[in-house]
Amino acid sequence: MNSLVRIFAVMHKELRQLSRDRLTFGMIIGMPLLQLLLFGYAINTDVRNLSAAYVDEADSHLSRQLIADMGAAQVVTFGQRVASPGELVALLDAGGISVGVAIPDDFDRRVIARDRPALQLLVDGTDPIVLGVAERLAAIPLRFDSQTGIEERQRMMEVRNFYNPERRSAVNIVPGLVGVVLTMTMVLFTSVAVVREKERGNLELLINTPVRSTELMLGKIVPYIVIGLVQLALILAVGRTVFAVPIMGSEWQVLLASLVFICANLSLGLLISTVAASQFQAMQMTFFVFLPSILLSGFMFPFEGMPEIAQAIAEVLPLTHFNRLIRGIVLRGADISMMARDMAALGVFTAAALTLAIARFNKRLD
Amino acid sequence: MKSNIEFAIQARVLTRRFGSLVAVNEVDLDIPSGRIFGFLGPNGSGKSTTIRMLCGLLRPSAGRATVLGLDAARDSEALKNRIGYMTQSFSLYQDLSVGENLQFIGEIHAIPRRERRRRVGELLSRYNLAGRERQRAGTLSGGQRQRLALAAAIMHRPQLLLLDEPTSAVDPSNRRDFWEGLFELAERGTTILVSTHYMDEAIRCHNLAILDRGVKVADGSPQALGESIGTHVVEVRAGNADAAHLALGKIPRIVSLARLGSRLRAQIPKQTAEPLAIVGEALRNAGIEAEINTVFPDIEDIFVAVTELREHGPIDRESGGTPIRNPVIPRGVAESRAETAPARPRDSARDDRKGDHGGRVEDSGR
Ligand SMILES: Nc1ncnc2c1ncn2[C@@H]1O[C@H](COP(=O)(O)OP(=O)(O)OP(=O)(O)O)[C@@H](O)[C@H]1O
Ligand SMILES: [Mg+2]
Repeated sequence: MNSLVRIFAVMHKELRQLSRDRLTFGMIIGMPLLQLLLFGYAINTDVRNLSAAYVDEADSHLSRQLIADMGAAQVVTFGQRVASPGELVALLDAGGISVGVAIPDDFDRRVIARDRPALQLLVDGTDPIVLGVAERLAAIPLRFDSQTGIEERQRMMEVRNFYNPERRSAVNIVPGLVGVVLTMTMVLFTSVAVVREKERGNLELLINTPVRSTELMLGKIVPYIVIGLVQLALILAVGRTVFAVPIMGSEWQVLLASLVFICANLSLGLLISTVAASQFQAMQMTFFVFLPSILLSGFMFPFEGMPEIAQAIAEVLPLTHFNRLIRGIVLRGADISMMARDMAALGVFTAAALTLAIARFNKRLD
Repeated sequence: MKSNIEFAIQARVLTRRFGSLVAVNEVDLDIPSGRIFGFLGPNGSGKSTTIRMLCGLLRPSAGRATVLGLDAARDSEALKNRIGYMTQSFSLYQDLSVGENLQFIGEIHAIPRRERRRRVGELLSRYNLAGRERQRAGTLSGGQRQRLALAAAIMHRPQLLLLDEPTSAVDPSNRRDFWEGLFELAERGTTILVSTHYMDEAIRCHNLAILDRGVKVADGSPQALGESIGTHVVEVRAGNADAAHLALGKIPRIVSLARLGSRLRAQIPKQTAEPLAIVGEALRNAGIEAEINTVFPDIEDIFVAVTELREHGPIDRESGGTPIRNPVIPRGVAESRAETAPARPRDSARDDRKGDHGGRVEDSGR
């Protein structure tokens, strides 16, 4: 009974301090929005108007049509038409253009015979984004006036679907972002929770009260669970309204998976807090966790494509499991019971981190 | 919870090392219940370290302390509810208000709401903080903070109060009130251990221990300490104090010479039969007119005698006294003394003290 009273006392105090701390408060709302904008829009938005030049040795109806279509897509802007492929290369070398289009004089014949590539795209491949743009340009269909065009267009349509990044990224990113934002904020908030008391000199008072380690840790975690859920709701709501990401599965299951994931991150943060000597150290350690989480969890790169060691590391990170859960539920409408292993992994992680944190927290100064 | 143990604190060869530094060196303490016990000592003498061991925050390197009948290191949790500890540096939450801080302390001690409110109100008015309930603790003045910290330390009605320099920033008038409060608490049976740099506070304690570089060099009531020191104290009032200072500084028998405005206090070993004659002769030889008296040693004299003179060993009487030491000791125990109360009018403070000496200390003593 007194135990509950003390947990409540710590919670009460934490909430009060939190409400005074404008920066943290701003981060609760600001962080998800900023991340949504950064990841959602930056990746979603087309690259537009790369500078380009072309050489059209065919100068046929078909080749002129192609150049016009490419320009109309607004991906590239044709600044100039040059006389030879050699000039294109020179421009590319000088950095004057990012993309060069070379149409040979037998262009029409090549298109019909399809024995050799009909045209060449010269690309400054140092920038992967530009490379991606080239791939999209290659997907622009050749429009024939004759009936043969039907067949041609169908083939091109396939390519176009494959390379269309728009649908894929926004949908994939928003649920993934729930995990990234929660990792960033939850770990950060609790990682400074204990060490801040140490730094501000409150610890000597706190450890002289009857509060037990477990009570203190729970009291520090609970307020942030609520905050995590607020962030979850915010991201999903913005995802739905702005990026039109629907939730295919059950909302309750999203809540359940997120709850366990939030607890895992908060426990990890507390553990960091009992290890760190200063708030600055705590932040460094948080970053140390955050980076592999972003890179290895499948948020950025497909999990299957990573080397085995990276996959093994990723299995330890809560975000990896959460990504599977949230994408499964939100995108595929999967049932949480199908991913019981990931739920269990998060549960075990939480229990282990919290136990360690409680054991490490010492009501002594030495 | 009323206990009838004779000694609230008993320590035996209590020792604490930090690496090679012995911060507290084989200290024995017997602090009777219901008394105010003073800890006097210069900076770094081990006062805070001893107090931390007594409340279980630091483990002793050797020796043990029994506090309220319990082992301070082993049963520290059981002691939390029975000890009130006021840290040397402010350790309440600066971003919470005065009222919120007290509320938190009340909650963490699981004091029922109605009772808690009653006590908070009572403490606020007792410590002159009524009307500041909503002020952030971080914006309080130094003395207000210390009054708040004391209020927080006694919120749960502890049997034993450990106060680490509770009045270092409190002005003389508030200090008087502060001590009135301590006496009230002591009358109700609370044992109080208070560390201080202030002589006028030390003299108010029933008993005193003087620490020097981790070693307890003296222990007893102010009266007993005064009688036990190995020197006579001669007070000199001279028209030309500078000249008197110079003249007396040449006398080997005078082992300590301290200056207070126009007055000087000289310490001469007890073995010397006629201390007044020595001083009188020295002054006459220098042609200085002065009024001289033997006086009862005050706390500063005691302090100088037991700390400054300790290291120089016994005085060699037969050889006519090689100068053991003739320091021009700054009036004031420690450097921090000078820092915290440089402008105190010495003479009035002195007279105060004499009053206290004959009055309170002896009344309230055994
Ligand atoms: N955690 C620690 N690690 C290392 N040394 C320490 C530690 N705590 C205290 N000390 C050292 O122990 C000695 C005693 O320190 P302590 O704080 O007990 O002194 P104090 O009597 O309270 O001094 P002050 O009047 O300045 O508060 C000092 O020399 C100090 O540097
Ligand atoms: Mg101290």
